[in-house]
Amino acid sequence: MTIDRAPEGFAGWPPPILDPAGPFAGPVNILSWILFAMSAVVLVVVLVALAVALFGPRRWRVRLGGERLVWIGGLAFPVVVLSALLIYGLGLTSHLTDEPRPGETRIRVTGEMWWWRVAYLDEQGREVLQDANEIHIPAGQPVVFELESADVIHSFWVPRLGGKKDMIPGRRNILRLQADAPGVFGGQCAEYCGGPHALMGLVVVAHTADEFDAWKRRRLAPSPAAGLPSRGAEVFEASGCGACHTVRGASANGLAGPDLSHVGSRRTLGGGILPTNQGTLAGWIADSQAIKPGNRMPAYPVLSGEDLRAVAAYLESLK
Amino acid sequence: MAGGEARSPIGQADQSTRTVVIAALTLVGACADKTGSPRLIAGADPSRGVSIMEEVGCGACHEIPGVDWPRGTVGAPLKGFAARPLIAGRFPNQPDTLVTWLKDAPSLSPATGMPAMPISDAQARDVAAYLYTLDDH
Repeated sequence: MTIDRAPEGFAGWPPPILDPAGPFAGPVNILSWILFAMSAVVLVVVLVALAVALFGPRRWRVRLGGERLVWIGGLAFPVVVLSALLIYGLGLTSHLTDEPRPGETRIRVTGEMWWWRVAYLDEQGREVLQDANEIHIPAGQPVVFELESADVIHSFWVPRLGGKKDMIPGRRNILRLQADAPGVFGGQCAEYCGGPHALMGLVVVAHTADEFDAWKRRRLAPSPAAGLPSRGAEVFEASGCGACHTVRGASANGLAGPDLSHVGSRRTLGGGILPTNQGTLAGWIADSQAIKPGNRMPAYPVLSGEDLRAVAAYLESLK
Repeated sequence: MAGGEARSPIGQADQSTRTVVIAALTLVGACADKTGSPRLIAGADPSRGVSIMEEVGCGACHEIPGVDWPRGTVGAPLKGFAARPLIAGRFPNQPDTLVTWLKDAPSLSPATGMPAMPISDAQARDVAAYLYTLDDH
């Protein structure tokens, strides 16, 4: 095992924008370019008018100061153009926020300070599977994201798959995303949510429909390594990690932090910010505060080197 | 005349100070000579080494010049690593030992907190080559 998969794990940082990979990101891309172009035109017009007002011949300056031009250029033009843009923009995205329809893949993502709780739902909206910071979707079909927040306002943004959508405490916002082809797409919290907000990333992995079903079947079972006796499992249990984390198939059943049932198979650690390997796991466990200052997991300066490695190896084996 | 007499002891003092300084510098030079020229590793590329360190996340535990983030505190900071005589306070800081340490530290020191890292031999050599460029104090 070497690191040649690491760049794919990060999916590019920062996530590329204006590079749509699905039908719902396309309109956002077009709208952005229209806005850029119109802003450029308006900027040029304003600068020319300014130059005329300062240096132009008297006849031009009189015309520029005329009441008629102010009414047309200053009021009518912006009202018409901005209203048209608003209607166009709302029309582009309105169908993305409809309630889930039967047969659609439903995923609930809850913004937490400063990570993403992920739950795969069945058609009735019941939770089937818990995960964190990495979202697997079938490619070539719309996926319904039900966005919630556990604390403050976050914003869910996977630039190559669609627009941003705020996660607001007490509300359930809907957003559809679609990837045209299998791939890995980076995401980022797009609403300042305190402390390490900039280090709140995520990864979306799109599979073919068959691969997605196979992945889900694998995930429904606990990791084979979860129940095997090992020093790492012992240290994990004795250190009380299970108070905040769940490992299905072991005794750990805490809900405060990310679910670790398959943490070893996640591409990133700490919320989309580091590659997952024994080294980064050990660094995170011993002092996550140096990596992501302010995050809710305390540093653990009580483990010996051997114990630290054992826990890191145990977590890496949870595939 | 009087001025010259007054200056002369100072001149002598200057000279003896200079002698001491030169002697001291020679000694320092002799110490520096012990490490010899920078340790070069055949076929390894320091610039590849630093990008490997970023990809694999060495910064999760170490503060490394050239790696902006993260700046982990679990392991030793690597500033000035090239001039350090010992790896992890235990093993001679020589290329072969360092390459082995980077790939599989527990094979040298079973009690270490540094896990075996998912890098190939060639990648470990690139990383070692980069670490040997860190000779600033």
